[in-house]
Amino acid sequence: MNALISQAPSAGLAPLPRAQAKRARQRVLPGFKLTLGYTVLYLCLIVLIPITALFFKTFTLSWEQFAAAVTSPRVLASYRLTFGASLIAALVNLVFGLLLAWVLVRYKFPGKKLVDALVDLPFALPTAVAGISLTALLAGNGWLGQYLEPLGIKLAFTPAGVVIALIFVGMPFVVRTVQPVLEDAEKELEEAATALGATRLQIFTKVIFPHIAPALLTGFAMAFARAIGEYGSVIFIAGNMPMVSEITPLIIIGKLEQYDYAGATAVAVVMLLLSFALLLLINALQGWQRSRTGVAA
Amino acid sequence: MSGPSSQPVRRAQAGTTEAPWVRYTLIAIALVFVLLFLILPLAAVFTEALRKGAGAYLDALKEPDAWSAIKLTLIAAAIAVPLNLVFGVAAAWAIAKYEFRGKSFLTTLVDLPFSVSPVVAGLMYVLLFGAQGWFGPWLQAHDVKIVFAVPGIVLATVFVTFPFIARELIPLMQAQGSDEEQAAIVLGATGWQTFWHVTLPNIKWGLIYGVILCNARAMGEFGAVSVVSGHIRGQTNTLPLHVEILYNEYQSVAAFAVASLLAILALVTLVIKSVAEWRHEAEMKAIAELPPERPQAMAPAR
Repeated sequence: MNALISQAPSAGLAPLPRAQAKRARQRVLPGFKLTLGYTVLYLCLIVLIPITALFFKTFTLSWEQFAAAVTSPRVLASYRLTFGASLIAALVNLVFGLLLAWVLVRYKFPGKKLVDALVDLPFALPTAVAGISLTALLAGNGWLGQYLEPLGIKLAFTPAGVVIALIFVGMPFVVRTVQPVLEDAEKELEEAATALGATRLQIFTKVIFPHIAPALLTGFAMAFARAIGEYGSVIFIAGNMPMVSEITPLIIIGKLEQYDYAGATAVAVVMLLLSFALLLLINALQGWQRSRTGVAA
Repeated sequence: MSGPSSQPVRRAQAGTTEAPWVRYTLIAIALVFVLLFLILPLAAVFTEALRKGAGAYLDALKEPDAWSAIKLTLIAAAIAVPLNLVFGVAAAWAIAKYEFRGKSFLTTLVDLPFSVSPVVAGLMYVLLFGAQGWFGPWLQAHDVKIVFAVPGIVLATVFVTFPFIARELIPLMQAQGSDEEQAAIVLGATGWQTFWHVTLPNIKWGLIYGVILCNARAMGEFGAVSVVSGHIRGQTNTLPLHVEILYNEYQSVAAFAVASLLAILALVTLVIKSVAEWRHEAEMKAIAELPPERPQAMAPAR
């Protein structure tokens, strides 16, 4: 499959070498300078200049001040919560996202199209709405909370509530990255494996899983990155107790409200660097996936 | 593909699916997960909003503050979505139709706003345009308010919805290549004619898909807008911020009533998105079922 795709261009009738053909194409279609120029200009105005402003602001702090701002106990506790809750939520989404993608691609059941459409709900539903509604469900008098709380399970206004909110916002990522790859997978391989005597479980772990692993990891990393930065849905359900259930974005808001712009910026830079690292990781994973399966996420 | 019912073939086909009890268990777990995490939260919004009856629900929506929040949300989306639409089409054209150095780096940069926390995004604009920011003194001298005013809200919305349309169009236009556009140009069409009559019909479902998701996010953005808005009631409150204020004032029914508007928006978004997807799939299938001359005639040019 992979080999087929990479061979296709050279196998076709190509009178010009690749590089020359590309240059010729550039000459034919108009608008290159206009569209690229506008793209770069708009990117600079909306994204790059504001990000630069953030980095420059931190230079008004000395190294000691910066280190103190980003490693105070309250901030460290918020990293632990944000990072830990995001990781757990992304792992839950990894498992259930794979399950949902599998069920949606491989099985027929009533209401399947509805479920497929609903998976995107967390993308479409504003995070603040998700936040208050999950809180209403899980609070002591809520639909679910009233049964859970007598059992000693308290979810609203605890770190566990943060995890629940982050599962919600990250849910579509794994489903939507794995689904196309699973649809594209060739059943012939599975048939061949069965004919050779493999059990269904062996086929899953040795044939199907390696095929979808890059997509699965990409979706996981996307859900994780989204969870790290999430604010709207979390603050309603978290309870926001310092040291216990206060997420890092809320620390930034808190510092801003006290006009501690430098401190807020320092924490924001830490978050931004983490976002950059995750973006690079996701890019690398997507490249791996393309080279493995030829299907883009 | 369904072969004769000889023994090995039947065994091989049985090997590509699971035993019925495994299938039903997996489907059941998936449905319970969807029920708990998607359907219940959605249902809760509407039941909480109607807890005190339709009268209280409508009263909450008739509030002048709610109206001004609706207006501001519509304004922010009406500016942010077209801006990002123009950008998305330009970026997709440049990235998908040409080869140039730094292309993959540019594509990564387009994705950047997705991975930046909305709160950090809001903070960036405060640092640029706030009283202590780079342009703060100049803006104050000229009596221009950006942060804690409508322009700041629009800017923050533009930032968080920046990649939506570009991201939808780039892979689509890359997959379609530029053969049809080249043919149009060679036949004497201008660049604009080529775009309107050749490219646009090809990408219309992807475009609708991107616009509708961009719009949903623009109307629902909370974190970034919260940082730059200053929460001035009736002036710089968007719908999601209004929900927060009502909720924190323990006006639960009013908060959920306003939230239900946003939930309806989300449902409408999902319906349009699904329709766009189905139409796109139907068109793809129709193309695949065309008589073989057409696809083959196109193949050598690739």
